[in-house]
Amino acid sequence: MTQSFRLESGGLINRDKKISFKFNGKNYYGYEGDTLASALIANGVHLIGRSFKYHRPRGFFGAGVDEPYAIVQLYRNGETEPNIKATEQELFEGLEAKSVNCWPSVNFDVGAINNFLKIFLPAGFYYKTFMWPKSFWYKIYEPFIRRAAGLGTASIKHDKERYEHKYEYCDVLITGSGPSGLASAYSAAKNGAKVILAEDKSRFGGTLLTSEVNIGNQSGKEWADSIISELKEMPNVTVKNRSQVFGYYDHNMLVMSERISDHLPKTKKYHPKQRLWYIRAKEVLISSGSIERPIVFGNNDTPGVMLSSAAKEYMKVYGVLVGKKPLIFTNNDSGYETAIEFKKNGVDPIILDTRKEPQSEIIEEAKNMNINIKNSYVVVAAQGYKKVKSADIAKISDDKEELGSVENIKCDCICVSGFWTPTIHLASQSGNKTKFNEEIDAFVPDISKQNEKTLGAANGIYTLEETLKDSFEKGNLLSKKITNNENKVSFPNVVEKKSTVHDKFWCVPLPKGKNYKRFLDFQNDVAVSDIEIALKEGYRSIEHVKRYTTLGMATDQGKTSNLNGLQLVSKIENKVVPAVGHTTFRPPYSPVSIGAIVGREVGKHSKPTRKSPMHSWHEKNNAVFVDAGVWLRPRYYKCGDENLFEASKREAKNVRTNVGVCDVTTLGKIDIKGPDAAELLNRVYTNAWLKLPVGKARYGVMLREDGIVMDDGTTTRISENHYHMTTTTAQAANVLSHLEYYLQLVWPELNVNVVSTTEQWAGAAIAGPKSREVLKKLFPKSDVTNEGLPFMGYMEGDLFGVKAKIFRISFSGELAYEVNVESDYGYFMWEKIIEAGEEFGIQPYGTEALSNLRIEMGHVAGSELDGRTIPYDNSLEGLLSKKKDFIGKRSLSRKAFAAEDRQKIVGVVPLDKKTSIPEGSHLVKDSNAPLPNPKLGYISASCWSVEYDNPFSLAILKDGKNMIGEKLFVMSPLKNKVIPVEIVSSHYVDPKGERVRS
Amino acid sequence: MLHIKCPHCGMRSQNEFSYGGDATVKRPELGKEISDQDWDNFVYNRKSLRGKHWELWQHLSGCRQWIKVQRDTATHEIFKTLKANEEIS
Repeated sequence: MTQSFRLESGGLINRDKKISFKFNGKNYYGYEGDTLASALIANGVHLIGRSFKYHRPRGFFGAGVDEPYAIVQLYRNGETEPNIKATEQELFEGLEAKSVNCWPSVNFDVGAINNFLKIFLPAGFYYKTFMWPKSFWYKIYEPFIRRAAGLGTASIKHDKERYEHKYEYCDVLITGSGPSGLASAYSAAKNGAKVILAEDKSRFGGTLLTSEVNIGNQSGKEWADSIISELKEMPNVTVKNRSQVFGYYDHNMLVMSERISDHLPKTKKYHPKQRLWYIRAKEVLISSGSIERPIVFGNNDTPGVMLSSAAKEYMKVYGVLVGKKPLIFTNNDSGYETAIEFKKNGVDPIILDTRKEPQSEIIEEAKNMNINIKNSYVVVAAQGYKKVKSADIAKISDDKEELGSVENIKCDCICVSGFWTPTIHLASQSGNKTKFNEEIDAFVPDISKQNEKTLGAANGIYTLEETLKDSFEKGNLLSKKITNNENKVSFPNVVEKKSTVHDKFWCVPLPKGKNYKRFLDFQNDVAVSDIEIALKEGYRSIEHVKRYTTLGMATDQGKTSNLNGLQLVSKIENKVVPAVGHTTFRPPYSPVSIGAIVGREVGKHSKPTRKSPMHSWHEKNNAVFVDAGVWLRPRYYKCGDENLFEASKREAKNVRTNVGVCDVTTLGKIDIKGPDAAELLNRVYTNAWLKLPVGKARYGVMLREDGIVMDDGTTTRISENHYHMTTTTAQAANVLSHLEYYLQLVWPELNVNVVSTTEQWAGAAIAGPKSREVLKKLFPKSDVTNEGLPFMGYMEGDLFGVKAKIFRISFSGELAYEVNVESDYGYFMWEKIIEAGEEFGIQPYGTEALSNLRIEMGHVAGSELDGRTIPYDNSLEGLLSKKKDFIGKRSLSRKAFAAEDRQKIVGVVPLDKKTSIPEGSHLVKDSNAPLPNPKLGYISASCWSVEYDNPFSLAILKDGKNMIGEKLFVMSPLKNKVIPVEIVSSHYVDPKGERVRS
Repeated sequence: MLHIKCPHCGMRSQNEFSYGGDATVKRPELGKEISDQDWDNFVYNRKSLRGKHWELWQHLSGCRQWIKVQRDTATHEIFKTLKANEEIS
């Protein structure tokens, strides 16, 4: 294919570098520096997609971020990405893109039948059309809507690209590198401020790239280039292109997405695809410019109808003609600039100006170039289906109500200019209330709420000289305030052509007998008639009108449609535009990749992974790991081809008969020191702590203020004023915060310090009837007999030269010890234990066996202490001191907590002694009762009892106290199971606790 | 994201802190008789004020100190921060 719409010369593209790409399966060429849009237009391709609702043909409307039409599916380096704007996507070698929202192809689209069914798809059709019959919803309507709606297709594959996050602080952040951005950045930088200048596009300069102006005896572009290169040299300035500041959040925090690799065929090694910047700026200067707005007329969505500024940009930046028979439809002088550019490139445009007798320097120039200008003329409707072929035009009366006779003229594009809308999104996001500026017929920022100022066109200032003056000054003033340093820049001489006032005309009336669709929102197919219906149906708030009609929604967020929508509502409602108000601007300004938002925190990196010092031993010994909070813990150690069930049974049985060892490093540990340490424990635990002797451990339960159990664990008195507290793995961080809260805010008079020592100690639980024999070998110098180290006793020991803490505590219900050494010696300790235990048949056991052991002992853990149970429910009421107050005690006397038939922990055994009981199942009295079958309780934990060789579960059961011996049913609708069971004591094994004391 | 001035560490981003609720609630003294209503007010009942509000934050990923922050719940403006032992005036 030849680039038949490419100009012979001109533009900022690199004509020496040809780039091949594919669109809808066809091969094309463009140049380095093209966007996908400019390259397609150069090749004469104007049909790029189908519209959202009616599947009408779609072409290009803009040349940048405002583009509502040209949304494509991009294929790059084996990945696919939806909803890419062809006007923003830079061309790279091998780029592949496809149209969206059309089937089977963009040229022949079956969905276009919606265009003829539009009578059935009025405003709010979502809420109306598919309401009946109800049974059609799941099978017919919903799949149909899901297929028809939506734009691109998200990839279901894992995204292999890397996205980075970066935090940055600066004095002045400037968003946009047009004239106002450059001038303010320059003067702020000269004052020594730390400046970040962000430009969304690949090229710096904004409108200076396309306007015929002269600054300091240089062209606009030359001036922009010189400022940028000077800024890049300054150490206090960061200049970023392809970087869009899309969100303005609280306390002057702005977020910017930097596209690092999107314009390359492949991301470079060690480079991210995109980087998200969190920027905390002392001052923000918004220099985001303005977006041209369309004029509304019949069939104004036909491919070939586009913004006049876009047509100019395609010529000046890309050397591309959007058409060879252009019609310019304007209500202001901007259209003339586009016409002049066409004429300079040897193409004869026709200008239709809605104004009667406008006069200005620009208009004069156009006249001198013999451009055909028709005053008081409008485009009534575009003609042509997949591309504009001609236009119906007519004279319009001075009051803009009456159309003259309609004539048809040939043209291949219609360039529209309905004046300019300031891009106030960031200012509005910052909390700026905005005000309506009558002169320019648009909203501009009003009083700043945060440290933000808006400059130039974004503030409704449309002359270059005024913009530069204001921007130099603001940049200087704000930075001076921060740096206390002034280095004033001299103001350059500015030459620009003067323009005259615009015509506030925005919508062409329908000619008699014609019913053309006049679109307001091009992305969502919202026409004038849709808004009229919504208002007739009683919608008044602009926010409701938006949601009912979808005006201003989807990927372009109404950048070209919002103001005309407001004009229409205000006209019908007979209100002024400011009284209608605008919808809320919310971040992001333009779509941001989910990948960029997530950054590196994906998969394994979504949280840190913590490993115990013995981890590599577990790995070497075939451990299968499980996530326990952020820790990795061995779940079981695989022997041969054992499965989880077999392995955990073997490990648990070995603990009951011989001896086992379990890595308990992950348990939370808090070191508590100070003369009031005992008093603190006495207040936060439910039981008594003042008389615990040195060298003794005690089990304690901690409540929240509302009486719910927060955590449990043992605390040991190491010395007079020193305690070692253990918490569950999951609650460790919360318990520390909880203690700090009371110490810092409620009882500052207590002289106590708390600090987490979880990482400082490696822990091993040695459990089983033969554990003492192992301990004797490990600590030959210590007296570890039942008398020397009784149950709940503590001593320090010497483990082959390593200082160790020995606690005689048990979670398994067997005779057991926990040995702690400093983390660095953890591996050493573990090896020594295995070595010493060998002759007694020691085996390591994982969390699954650990659970089995504690369940059949009736020891509660996280599945019972689930934030919904009080001590009584867990049969821990014996630990509630009657003599003292403690955190949460007062709540326990609340009526429901003191109820006679309160839920309580019980044991559950299946009658057949075979069927395993799924955790989370419900307990009911009658398995055949009508639904909803009253639930009496739930299964909190299940195991295979190695002691009795049958399934056993714990349950929290209503009136559990009086239910022992009852026959109930366990029901699990999820697993489709009904199991007859008997309720037994939760202490299934060794109810008297003789083993731990043996 | 809020920018909170920790009285111990200086200006820090919100993601270093965790929120701790109303700073004006006083825990009833341990061991003192208290009516059901007063206890419920302490444990459950909170005003959801629009405007200036004293609240607790803990500088969790910093100095771990609980601090008092006077913030406008509507505008998120922060007026003042205090150490745990400083009285709200």
